Amino acid sequence: MRGLARFAPFRLWARSLPFRVVLSTLAAAMVILVATGWFLMDQSSRGIMNGKTQTSVAEVSAVVASMQRDLSTTDLRTTSVSERINRLARDAANRGQVGNQYFVVVETPISQIGTAGLAADSIPDRIRQAVGEGGLWSTPTMIRFNDSRPDEPGLVVATTLTAPGQAPYPVFFLFSTAREQQTLAVVQQAALATGLFLLAGLTLTVYLISLQVLRPVRAARLAAESLAAGHLEDRMAVVGTEDLAGLARSMNHMAEELDKKITQLQNLSLVQQRFVSDVSHELRTPLTTIRMAAEVLHAHRAAFDPVSGRSSELLSAELDRFEELLTDLLEISRFDAGAAELALDDIDLVALAGEELDALQRLAEGTGSVMKLDADGRCVAEIDTRRIRRILRNLITNAIEHGEGRPITVYVRGDDRAVAIAVRDHGVGFSAAEAGQVFNRFWRADPSRGRRVGGTGLGLSISLEDARLHGGWLNAWGRPGLGAQFRLTLPRRAGEPLEASPWPVVPPDVREVTSVPLR
Amino acid sequence: MSEAPRSSTPRILVVDDDEALAEMLHIVLGSEGFDARLCHTGGAALDAFRDYRPDLVLLDLMLPGRDGVDVCRDIRAESGVPIVMLTAKSDTIDVVDGLSAGADDYVAKPFKTQELIARIKTRLRRHVTPDADVDSLRIGDLSIRVNEHTVRRGDSEIILTPLEFDLLLALARRPRQAFTREVLLEEVWGYRHASDTRLVNVHVQRLRSKIEKDPERPEIIVTVRGVGYRAGEPKSA
Repeated sequence: MRGLARFAPFRLWARSLPFRVVLSTLAAAMVILVATGWFLMDQSSRGIMNGKTQTSVAEVSAVVASMQRDLSTTDLRTTSVSERINRLARDAANRGQVGNQYFVVVETPISQIGTAGLAADSIPDRIRQAVGEGGLWSTPTMIRFNDSRPDEPGLVVATTLTAPGQAPYPVFFLFSTAREQQTLAVVQQAALATGLFLLAGLTLTVYLISLQVLRPVRAARLAAESLAAGHLEDRMAVVGTEDLAGLARSMNHMAEELDKKITQLQNLSLVQQRFVSDVSHELRTPLTTIRMAAEVLHAHRAAFDPVSGRSSELLSAELDRFEELLTDLLEISRFDAGAAELALDDIDLVALAGEELDALQRLAEGTGSVMKLDADGRCVAEIDTRRIRRILRNLITNAIEHGEGRPITVYVRGDDRAVAIAVRDHGVGFSAAEAGQVFNRFWRADPSRGRRVGGTGLGLSISLEDARLHGGWLNAWGRPGLGAQFRLTLPRRAGEPLEASPWPVVPPDVREVTSVPLR
Repeated sequence: MSEAPRSSTPRILVVDDDEALAEMLHIVLGSEGFDARLCHTGGAALDAFRDYRPDLVLLDLMLPGRDGVDVCRDIRAESGVPIVMLTAKSDTIDVVDGLSAGADDYVAKPFKTQELIARIKTRLRRHVTPDADVDSLRIGDLSIRVNEHTVRRGDSEIILTPLEFDLLLALARRPRQAFTREVLLEEVWGYRHASDTRLVNVHVQRLRSKIEKDPERPEIIVTVRGVGYRAGEPKSA
């Protein structure tokens, strides 16, 4: 089917309504025209041939009656029957030749007498047999000649002459129907020409009508496209017949409703966004007071009893977390509001990754993970440093937290169009099913799996949004016991579409281990 | 219009409508060796300022009644006292408005006590010239007397706030050197790590409006495209 669809007519059939309407009408008209044409030809040829047969039969009846009279009154004592028949046949033939009316053949047991040059097979065998039983018969035939005259269509009328004491002699009269055939051909041509004219006229008419019908549909399409393009205030003109005006009215009504709904939703989301932003901001003033109070308590914890001292420590630590959460929430609300913007610069990602690794070196030393940077030369891309730095810090911190003290490698690779940074750890990992969920907000892995997304639970969500803002990808790969790899792919030039990443999603070092194709 | 401290204990006026935070600030500032007075409305702020004559003002941007930006403008109209804003919305136009109205610096809530104290101390610190022999500097057609803390064009003195004076001095000390905004942030505001460069931009604009003959075509503080700013060539007045 797909191969067929490539042919222009099939495409046209599928896409153009006028083409379809015209073709359907053409097919239907053809069937009707062929049927009526056939009926017309059949009727007219039947009528013409019947008329010819009737006049021929009447002519034959008169001629044969006179021949029969002649034969009956012949004095058989002076001439033989055969002689008499001979003469009669010649007379008839001569008479027939006047005005080119007919040819005559009289068959005697010994010979055929009649018009010269006529081929014997001009008379079909059927009528020869039929006439043996008496009566008057007629049938169409093809008149053939022994000389150079061309064949012509004709009519055979057969009857018998009866001589006293003899077997009946079959007599055949051959009438040429060439003129009638000519008339029929003219009629046929006229019918064909009429049919063709009718077809052409019909096609044009139907095409014009379909265009007329389609005009409002096209107008509706244009209106719908303009709506889709965001011009919600565009309306169609309500003109024309009831149906067309109705279509325009419905379209306009739909546009109005759409406009209303969208405005409603926009207001709602605006209120929602402002609410999240306001809540985050309103929380800040009391949080400042609490934080300062906690710091005062923390500074004096040495003077407290152990329970109060530990409590003040917990208070301080949790306040840090609370503040991070608030910052992340505000960041997420900025993404949701579409208020996040890129501040782009040409930055060497290798240097950037190196800086982040250095900054997190102490954290890694705490768990015992050895961190390594794997890059081949500089790798410059147009990025928002703050956001990419945040992604890297997030990914590396995660790797340290879940790396179980095993080595961590940061790969930086680039090709002509894209750059990739992958953070690979060999820690607890996660299942393939969980790979899609790690970016969900506040998602926590099943505790029995051992992996927990650190920090606020919003880190990877923010990283994903940051990557998307660049037009990039952030992919997660993990297997229980084999560790995890997070790969960030960014276009070299901001805004260019990504097609491939210079680094595989699945770490090359586990390719051999996983023989099953990955979903 | 630099004001010499009248006692060894610096005075700080806290203008914040949140009473809990104001009280907490009072406690913390007290324990850090400052004298603090609280004011909870924007309307009362100017009277409190005139009455208390503080060495520094901590000003919340969002106040009921007369808001922080207006209060800032009121105080600036009669004094060059350092003003540090407290703001919950550090990424909005409010901050630029506050800085344009004359605030020297801002601290975003929620802040850590140490961060706030560091900001206050930076603003209270007077830049004492390490090499006392360089007492007079020229920048453009201006002459700066470092120890006097005065700037003159010819015989007329131009009144600058301490921060504006520090900014001008930083540029004048190393003429012909282009300063990045980050370097200026560290030298004048005391930020160790790159911070909000809006601080520099807004204050350079304010300074230019006071010292340049035509602020649209600055000759004393020249913009170096892609880098930052530098001092204009010294000229005779």
